[in-house]
Amino acid sequence: MSSIGSSELKREFIKSKTGLIGIGILSGLFILSLIAATAIPIDTFKQWNNPNNWISYPKATMPIWVNYFLEDKIPEHIIIENPSTITKKDVISVTSHQFAIEYTYDDFPNDFIYEFSVEYTDSPLLQISVIRPDQNEMLLLSTSLPYSDEKVIHHERIFSTDDSIKKNAQIESAKMKLFRDGVSSEDLIFADKYGHVLKGNYLFLVNLYGIEDYTKIIDSKLILGGKAFGIMGTDELRRDLIVGLLWGTPLALLIGISVAVGSVIVGLIYGVYAGFKGRKTDETLMRFNDIIYALPALPFLIILAVTISNSIFMMIGFLMIFSWVGIAKVSRSMSLQIKTRQYIEASKIMGQKDSKIIFKHIIPQLLPYAFASIAISVPAAITTEAGLSFLGLGDPTFPTWGQILHDANVFGAAARGLWWWIVPPGVMIAITGLAFVFIGNALDAIINPKLKR
Amino acid sequence: MFGVLMITLLLTITIVGSNMDVILKQGVVYQVRAEITENPAIAESFANVEDFEKFIDEQIDERIKALGLDAPWYSPQRIGFSMYKILILDFGHATFLTSDSGSSAVGDILLEKIPRTVLLFTTATIIISILGIFLGALSASKVGSVVDRITSMFAVVSSSFPVWWIGMLMIFLFAFTYHIFPARATPSILPTEPGYIIALLYHMALPLITIVMIGFGAWAYLVRNFMVGTMQEDFISAKKAIGINKNKIVYKHALKNAAPPIITILALSLSGSLGGAIITEAVFDWPGMGRLYFEAISVMDLPVIIGATYVLTVLFLISIFVADLLYGYFDPRVKTE
Repeated sequence: MSSIGSSELKREFIKSKTGLIGIGILSGLFILSLIAATAIPIDTFKQWNNPNNWISYPKATMPIWVNYFLEDKIPEHIIIENPSTITKKDVISVTSHQFAIEYTYDDFPNDFIYEFSVEYTDSPLLQISVIRPDQNEMLLLSTSLPYSDEKVIHHERIFSTDDSIKKNAQIESAKMKLFRDGVSSEDLIFADKYGHVLKGNYLFLVNLYGIEDYTKIIDSKLILGGKAFGIMGTDELRRDLIVGLLWGTPLALLIGISVAVGSVIVGLIYGVYAGFKGRKTDETLMRFNDIIYALPALPFLIILAVTISNSIFMMIGFLMIFSWVGIAKVSRSMSLQIKTRQYIEASKIMGQKDSKIIFKHIIPQLLPYAFASIAISVPAAITTEAGLSFLGLGDPTFPTWGQILHDANVFGAAARGLWWWIVPPGVMIAITGLAFVFIGNALDAIINPKLKR
Repeated sequence: MFGVLMITLLLTITIVGSNMDVILKQGVVYQVRAEITENPAIAESFANVEDFEKFIDEQIDERIKALGLDAPWYSPQRIGFSMYKILILDFGHATFLTSDSGSSAVGDILLEKIPRTVLLFTTATIIISILGIFLGALSASKVGSVVDRITSMFAVVSSSFPVWWIGMLMIFLFAFTYHIFPARATPSILPTEPGYIIALLYHMALPLITIVMIGFGAWAYLVRNFMVGTMQEDFISAKKAIGINKNKIVYKHALKNAAPPIITILALSLSGSLGGAIITEAVFDWPGMGRLYFEAISVMDLPVIIGATYVLTVLFLISIFVADLLYGYFDPRVKTE
């Protein structure tokens, strides 16, 4: 054990390749956390467990980038929220919303849903039609909204499985001589003569006719249900996984770093104090240390999480209880060595306070070791927390990576081949761990030059 | 060492005790009410509802007193009594869980689970340590070589993956995509049938491969680091200079000198393996100690939790003791101190 100053440590560290890679990954993770904090509204993350928030998203769909690797492009899930609007005011006022879709996929969409809210009096007429790439127009729906004397806000979702849409689609495609029996309406709309997908530009038209001039569409959204969505796909509960993955980053860093820093500080002071005081104090403190060391950590963590609380901050505390022990042992033996040095004896004779000797003369000597053990103990904290969350004992209000994996396991993602639900969270855990292991090993190699050679 | 054991038990009881009391009392209330509803004659013999309720309450109180639940769980008698019972290895009966043969005695449950955990995790630990020692010795004898670099890299990378996540991936790949191994680790045929052992080994393969794959890198790295220190010592240089076969130096002389810390870690990981891995067993559905622990904790089955903690702690302490003895054997300098 050689004592190394901070500046020397820094200089040596810059030379270490793995250490720099670690720092690189770590800063990448910090940037991800920043992106998560700024780009994703904090509201979305609070809505993680609220199914209503995810209703217009598809169920268990692949990420869209798989299309780059596939010959047959699977249809993306398309949500169009801002249609181009045309309004005409005459005796009969018309509000027309146009949704243009460029459909270039090799499979039919799952379904389509038109969701709208409209403010009106009287009983306006709603017409939905689609203009296909071959310029045929299909009228899908013609219905009047429920009559009302006063201004009302009407909210509705029209599904492609709607009976009249189905009937209209069959009639229209029979007109074009495309009709096939027993095919769902979206398959009729997007089919060519041979029953394959007709690629090209589709235009969905939604017209609202009203006699009174007061009809106002507040919200209008067309959802074309597909099999691919988002950068990371969605899970069984329709949640966009990228939100969970991004928010998992700051949470994992928070858990890992605060547990590591906390336990190293406690362990360091505890160990140094025991070593410096010696005799009875040392004996008692080390026996207590032995007890904690002999406790089976994971079972106790589970017991604590079940009986006391599973809030994320309590969890950080519980993890600290079990991780300072080893550090205390090592720093005790180091302080036993340092204690015998002459300058410590000198300051003792000068009558300096014990606390001053510990904090001014001994602990600074151990700082490089402390940094290395902080870096090395971060991954353990992160994986332990992920493991607890995986067992379903995590804090349900925060979407951590372990929690995503827990949900994946509950819904049998492995058996159903939903790889995009299993692989990314684990890779994120591993990358985060790796960053700290790299940094820790680089520091360790500087402190113990014997290992490097 | 005995003190450590007692304090561990005390802590376990302290943490789960209060919850346990609530559950036990509810159990008593439920039992009394069930008995009364089963026997309508009791209800008919009461003139009004209040008297009837009073009767039920009295019954409940009586039962609670009979079971000794009227004293709080932290009262010295109750804690002392439970500690005494554990010391004489009487773990009592589980509240909810039973063993596969239907017995609810904690001792029976533990005896049934331990062999399974030994079968999977201890086997894995032994394979890991053998692989690790040889790979570690190999890379320590050629520091800086390709083997050394790959081993170190593999150790660092594999140790940052959670085992259970790799387990999920392995299940996904080899059980559902390629159908090579079964996904559930418990064989579907009964132990009495002839092909049972083969079926068991076949079901064991996937978890075993996973655990070994993730584990041996770290072991190799650890052994390498101990060995590198030894390889730099003078007596090794002297032996090299004499011209003794290099393999003989590495595996006989250097390995023996690096043995004490390796033995300590081996003893600890062997005893640790008996506890199974709660999460890994959950992923592979392996019915060993880890699963037992998790099930016991999720239903708050106090006797089982205490029994399992006790057994694991005892084994841990024994292995520390054994490691100390072996340390003295391999490194006689320790004895003279």
